Amino acid sequence: MPQPQNQPTSLPTPTRPPQIVVIGNGMVGHRLVEQLQTQAGAVAPQQTPQITVICEESRLAYDRVHLSSHFDDPAPDLALATAEGYEQGGVRVVYGQAEAVDTAQKTIQVNDQTLSYDALVFATGSFPFVPPIAGRDAPGCFVYRTLDDLEQIRDAARNARSGVVIGGGLLGLEAAGALQKLGLTTHVVEFAPQLMPAQLDAEGGQTLRRTIEDMGIGVHVGKSTSEVTLDDSGRVSGLAFADGSALEADLVVFSAGIRPRDDLARASGLALGERGGIVIDDTCQTSAPGVYAVGECALHGGRIYGLVAPGYSMAKVAAASILHGLGLGNAPATFTGADLSTKLKLLGVEVGSFGDAKGVTEGCRTVSLSDNVRGTYSKLVLSADGLRMLGGLLVGDTARYNDLLDLALFGTPLTVPPETLIVPPLPGGAVLPAITNALICSCENVRADAVCNAIGEGARDIKALKSCTGAGTGCGGCVPSLHGLLQGELRRLGETVSNHLCEHFAYSRQELFNLIRVRGHRAWDGVLAAHGSGLGCEVCKPAVGSVLASLHNEYVLKPQHAPLQDTNDAFLANIQKNGTYSVMPRVPGGEITADSLIAIGEVARNFGMYCKITGGQRIDLLGAQRDDLPAIWAELIAAGFESGHAYGKSLRTIKSCVGSTWCRYGVQDSTGLAIRLELRYRGLRSPHKLKSGVSGCTRECAEARSKDFGIIATEAGWNLYVGGNGGVTPRHALLLAEGLDEQTLTRTIDRYLMFYVRTADRLQRTSAWLEGLEGGLDYLRAVIMDDSLGLCADLDAAMDQHVGSYEDEWAAALADPATPARFRTFVNADTRDTGLQWVEERGQLRPAFAHEMTQGLTPLPMAGGDD
Amino acid sequence: MTLNLNPHSSPPLPSWQRVCSLADILPGLGVCALVDGRQIAVFHVAGQVYAVSNRDPFTGADVISRGLTGSYRDREAKERPKVASPLLKHAFDLETGQSLDHADMTLPTYPARVQEGEVWIGLVD
Ligand code: SRM
Ligand SMILES: Cc1cc2nc3c(=O)[nH]c(=O)nc-3n(C[C@H](O)[C@H](O)[C@H](O)COP(=O)(O)OP(=O)(O)OC[C@H]3O[C@@H](n4cnc5c(N)ncnc54)[C@H](O)[C@@H]3O)c2cc1C
Ligand code: SF4
Ligand code: FES
Repeated sequence: MPQPQNQPTSLPTPTRPPQIVVIGNGMVGHRLVEQLQTQAGAVAPQQTPQITVICEESRLAYDRVHLSSHFDDPAPDLALATAEGYEQGGVRVVYGQAEAVDTAQKTIQVNDQTLSYDALVFATGSFPFVPPIAGRDAPGCFVYRTLDDLEQIRDAARNARSGVVIGGGLLGLEAAGALQKLGLTTHVVEFAPQLMPAQLDAEGGQTLRRTIEDMGIGVHVGKSTSEVTLDDSGRVSGLAFADGSALEADLVVFSAGIRPRDDLARASGLALGERGGIVIDDTCQTSAPGVYAVGECALHGGRIYGLVAPGYSMAKVAAASILHGLGLGNAPATFTGADLSTKLKLLGVEVGSFGDAKGVTEGCRTVSLSDNVRGTYSKLVLSADGLRMLGGLLVGDTARYNDLLDLALFGTPLTVPPETLIVPPLPGGAVLPAITNALICSCENVRADAVCNAIGEGARDIKALKSCTGAGTGCGGCVPSLHGLLQGELRRLGETVSNHLCEHFAYSRQELFNLIRVRGHRAWDGVLAAHGSGLGCEVCKPAVGSVLASLHNEYVLKPQHAPLQDTNDAFLANIQKNGTYSVMPRVPGGEITADSLIAIGEVARNFGMYCKITGGQRIDLLGAQRDDLPAIWAELIAAGFESGHAYGKSLRTIKSCVGSTWCRYGVQDSTGLAIRLELRYRGLRSPHKLKSGVSGCTRECAEARSKDFGIIATEAGWNLYVGGNGGVTPRHALLLAEGLDEQTLTRTIDRYLMFYVRTADRLQRTSAWLEGLEGGLDYLRAVIMDDSLGLCADLDAAMDQHVGSYEDEWAAALADPATPARFRTFVNADTRDTGLQWVEERGQLRPAFAHEMTQGLTPLPMAGGDD
Repeated sequence: MTLNLNPHSSPPLPSWQRVCSLADILPGLGVCALVDGRQIAVFHVAGQVYAVSNRDPFTGADVISRGLTGSYRDREAKERPKVASPLLKHAFDLETGQSLDHADMTLPTYPARVQEGEVWIGLVD
């Protein structure tokens, strides 16, 4: 059983570790700490920098962006950092305000303490600007920036009936929403003739105003506040305006813009911008060596970014620069500015603005649609020739924000009349033109162009694309898209596209499948000798293993098959990041008895495993050491469970809804069908995993249309959908056949699956396979329903053979006398792996993160991600 | 394969330890041996035995012995043995420990030999 071991022992430090001090623990300051920890992961323990954070607010970093939700009931926990988290990560916190910095001596004064630093970071954010008008300091006047501000506003609101916000920008409207949530009669006053003047045009402002007024908030634009009026006791009584009018209010919130907090930097002699802001270069360094600035206090390229995303980019760059400056890291990345396009939800109103939203480009044209019925306004700014989109505004409906943003940022020529891009979709109507430079890798922000350029410059495989574009080195989820682009691009360049499995086999998976089937190979050695070269590799071995399993359905751990199996198949469990495994027994259709639930719980408790309900309607038990796996499975099998094949490229789960058994809308027994199908196809090895769902009516609670094959009940029978996908590129499954009885349905699925198993590429889900299938759905229908190729009898026989030869792999493993030896941790000792470290969280054990470990680890980019 | 930890003295001689029989390692597979508290991955590939550290330097997890083995063609088009970590599929040359994905990453290697059907690993220090 894993033992908690979360007390880091302190290591002897021969020399003083480098000192990094961060002033300000706001959103960006905190992100910087995290970045430093991640990026310093590779550094030797005695060189690991000591991070000190100076925190002026009464609490550690929290999510300021969602500040207003503090008034929700219940109030969410906005904390981003915790004292324990910092302590475990070795981060020291000094509460107080940094008062003076000596950049020559490299020291900082805070609370009569002097701290010295090797690297110093200003992450001091900004403060709300309060215009210099009479009465602005009276009791009843507030700003809207910190949780403490909100607490004060809430206290004051208890004895108030009405409130007014000065400032009709983004934050002002946020604040107005908050006052309304507190039950006050609420007004917004804006100096400009419209709301959100920085982002919207007059018409957009007008649409927004109407919607906000409909919510019962008073909007007063074009008003210059001359004074906060006070009652006899000196408390706020309202506002007086320059035009002589007045407004009564018990409480005033100033939200008239923000200013960078740069006084300390100024006093320390750092270079500031003309209108404030600490000047930084592309590596986030200020004018003083070893001193950096990030977030809203920093001025980059003449610009201050009042949004959190650019701040986060700066934090990443600054962390790399700092470590580099301390001699602990490679040459740093750079910050080269950020796009200011934004999409937000204000008071429940969606607002988006992107590119040249206000149409300042010379000669530009606009197309707009103002819909007072739906309460929406959309405007597109177009180039003088009307062929390209430069920017736009969306109020009330931002569903198309991403696509339009893409079109604007990349100047893709429009292929449809621009107005069709902003009219609400007609049923079956206009679609957006294909985005030519779509975002491919969201982890590394790589777009199609960059990938195509790399291919143009000679990259010919995924590995080369990864190393020259960075795409695919994060979560790995975009690797299939990279594949697609590579193939398409090579075809376009007129080069022969190799779909060879790998360097050892000059065949595609489909060709190899046929060779193995026709020649009757039953083991790897024969396949390699006849068709391959070298010793094979991690690509072709599992692929051949899967083909052999699809064809013969033999126990995968037979000695001749064992060296072909990925660790998941070799240990019949899913490997986790710390080398332990997860265990997922099959729960067909997601239906489970109370006794079975209890049995799973008991096994988990006996072996100290972490439990989680998966997205596939079953239960995952995590943290098993390999030598426990046979014992865990012995208990599970005794309780009636069998392998769930969560580790295999094979059928996963068939999700079901309660259907006609319980649901008042259900028209057929969807649970029963899901169970029968799951038992039929369990253990079927395939090019990639297979998922399915069965819904009891068209309400589709089982999400069948997001599955490789999905079934939806109708009064007339079962409708079968194929080629759906969740995951990286969601696709809705397409209707293959309607109103089937169960027998026809099952036969059709049999053939569909077997045809896929035989013809798909390695790691190609049914969605991509179907998309690439020449002739598409009609062709598929012809092959498996009209038998146009005369294949059906063969496919049926193959599926019958699979169903007839199924055996539970875990039962087979336990019956195999070689199993205990194979699952031992060490070949020469009975001890268990002592390198594992665990942390208790929410009542369960989880693997320790690198910064929680007693020995440092090295988190680095992935190479794989094709699992 | 010699390990030269101290360039100023002649290479220290490894002390050899028996870890298992060759028959304990299915051809093409690896096992993990615990030698002086160290986890060492021992592979049996194409008739040869190789020993490398069990710790995947990319993830810090002790998993290399569970990787898939195979071969790759080096610059001179020579077929060389390799192992791919089961976690994120980073591959390493089994003989030199050199990472095939990252020029500056390597897997420590250890001398290994087979004598009368028994596998021996050499440790220096
Ligand atoms: C455990 C689970 C998450 C959870 O806690 O709920 C999970 C966990 C993993 N998923 Fe998943 N997925 C899980 C449900 C899903 C779902 C939802 C569903 O099945 O309804 C999806 C979207 C649906 C779909 O597949 O179309 C999903 C889409 C993915 C993808 C993206 C697939 C794609 O075609 O884009 C991957 C990566 C891949 O397969 O290449 C992935 C890969 C993985 C891997 C295998 C990643 C890995 O290599 O370690 C994880 C292994 C789990 C493990 O070790 O135990 N997982 N994964 C879910 C297990 C369900 C089950 O009971 O079997
Ligand atoms: C109500 C509201 C809604 C917002 N909504 C959005 C949104 O939807 N999207 C978006 O991108 N952004 C939004 N923002 C802006 C976003 O919160 C900021 O961009 C982000 O918080 C900036 O982070 P920062 O670390 O630079 O500054 P801050 O988060 O302000 O942190 C700076 C910290 O430094 C401290 N500090 C300053 N001087 C010193 C000193 N001398 N010694 C010690 N500590 C000091 C301050 O007390 C503060 O805690 C919103 C902001 C507010 C107030
Ligand atoms: S899909 Fe239909 S039967 Fe199933 S739960 Fe939903 S409404 Fe009920
Ligand atoms: S999306 Fe490309 S690596 Fe994550």
